[in-house]
Amino acid sequence: MSDATTSAPGAASIPGDVSAAEPRARTRRRFRPNGSMIVMALYLLFLMLPIYWLLNMSLKTNAEILSGFSLWPRNLTLANYEKILTDPSWYMGYVNSIIYVTMNTVISISVALPAAYAFSRYSFMGDKHLFFWLLTNRMAPPAVFALPFFQLYSSVGLFDTHIAVALAHTLFNVPLAVWILEGFMRGVPREIDETAYIDGYSFPKFFVKIFMPLIASGIGVAAFFCFMFSWVELLLSRTLTSVDAKPIAATMTRTVSASGLDWGVLAAAGVLTILPGALVIWFVRNYIAKGFALGRV
Amino acid sequence: MNKTVNQKAWFLVLPVLILVGFSAVIPLMTVVNYSVQDTFGNNVFFWAGLDWFRDMLESERMWNALGRQLVFSSIILAIEVPLGIFVALNMPKKGFWASFCLVLMSLPLLIPWNVVGTIWQIFGRVDIGLLGYVLAKLGVNYNYTQNVIDAWATVIIMDVWHWTSLVALLAYAGLQSIPDAYYQAAKIDQASRWKVFRFIELPKMAGVLMIAILLRFMDSFMIYTEPFVVTGGGPGNATTFLSIDLVKMALGQFDLGPAAAFSLMYFLVILLISWVFYTVMTNLDKRDGV
Repeated sequence: MSDATTSAPGAASIPGDVSAAEPRARTRRRFRPNGSMIVMALYLLFLMLPIYWLLNMSLKTNAEILSGFSLWPRNLTLANYEKILTDPSWYMGYVNSIIYVTMNTVISISVALPAAYAFSRYSFMGDKHLFFWLLTNRMAPPAVFALPFFQLYSSVGLFDTHIAVALAHTLFNVPLAVWILEGFMRGVPREIDETAYIDGYSFPKFFVKIFMPLIASGIGVAAFFCFMFSWVELLLSRTLTSVDAKPIAATMTRTVSASGLDWGVLAAAGVLTILPGALVIWFVRNYIAKGFALGRV
Repeated sequence: MNKTVNQKAWFLVLPVLILVGFSAVIPLMTVVNYSVQDTFGNNVFFWAGLDWFRDMLESERMWNALGRQLVFSSIILAIEVPLGIFVALNMPKKGFWASFCLVLMSLPLLIPWNVVGTIWQIFGRVDIGLLGYVLAKLGVNYNYTQNVIDAWATVIIMDVWHWTSLVALLAYAGLQSIPDAYYQAAKIDQASRWKVFRFIELPKMAGVLMIAILLRFMDSFMIYTEPFVVTGGGPGNATTFLSIDLVKMALGQFDLGPAAAFSLMYFLVILLISWVFYTVMTNLDKRDGV
């Protein structure tokens, strides 16, 4: 099993390559770049470069940004971040976003849990149609809903409140949560349910005490994706708010359209919006594909 | 899977039904309502029948937006799917580096869409952006706010940057599920690298790839924020895709009737694709035997 047989371009990337069964000592061989590593390095470089550039801008003063071109900040400054974290019109954007995103996640998960259980365990009249209908809402273009939402929430006096945005985002987050949770729940054997009922558990007690701990990772993943999709959405949250519940994303577009752009602050605001995703991504790394594919894969 | 028939399960689904019904059905009914009425202002509406639909079907503006949309979606699918598969094939299989790649690759997926726009807006600027500056130094006359080709190139590269990882992650998940035995058999048969890909990896990835393609198609079909931030739909109308055009019509000009008719036709397309997606998903579930 010499290495020569596996070193054809890309061959080393075969998952579960036979050579993986070699003794452990062999895996600690000398560092030797191969085709796969170069491909990955280039791809990751392509992904990271624009993000690095944003970070780079956020650490420069506006004068330095506009006066010349440099690959890294010459006079490192945190003034841009300071401005955001001390000016209420900026940091309230983050607070507003976090409030409605959290509300949305809590609402979405709590209604999706029983529904996902029903879809994964029982067949009932219209279940398939209902499941499909939910999917169409995940796929619905927010642009179609922007105007009707605006009128609906204005007419019930919820315009510019956090709950309006949270409810509007349930349009795509509840279906997402149902699909993801259903994907996880179908992996739990039905025998567990039956045993619990024989042991005399009532449904609510079984669900909370036994079932939910079993799909804890699924709930975490679903919550993460609800959080993310609500966090990255701009069109609806901008349409439904003006002042009191204005999300950070909308605060940023305001700065873009204003004259005399403050690039440094804009970049710093951008970096701060990336942080929440970057902080928790490690914990869900193995489920990212499953989450994006609506619980399938 | 043999599920028990239990009509009481409806009670478990009821909260979802009410909530999503509230945020989907009522707005959709509003849209239907507008699409068949006309107004002279003052909230006085009268029946307009299918006039708006006829108008929209004859409107060059909508066909142009749809054309641009289809070209855009085709281009990004043509780039992202092969590239995503290629990246997935080259990812480390396990250990720290696999996690490392997963995390870095997921990062663009989790950035708010307007920030994605902002990143590329800055990145592409000739005076302060790395990309624009380097291109200008190389003597390329690049300006995404003036030149149509440059604007398109920027929007496409941005989308490739943003979403290729999604295809790669799904393809990677598909690859991970292939048992070692397949590769060992291929090795015994002395199958070439291409044959391993063509006859083992590709068929095993087919279901997952189908999901990836549909997701990418759907999401690119309703793209709004990213090109809006970078180009604002310009120069001229060059990057005005369906959603941008619709928002312009509905919230900018308040042409409720045409916008509503537009929305409904847009939605029908989405419905059709959702149905394909659903069929693929359920077939996939059946094949896995769960």
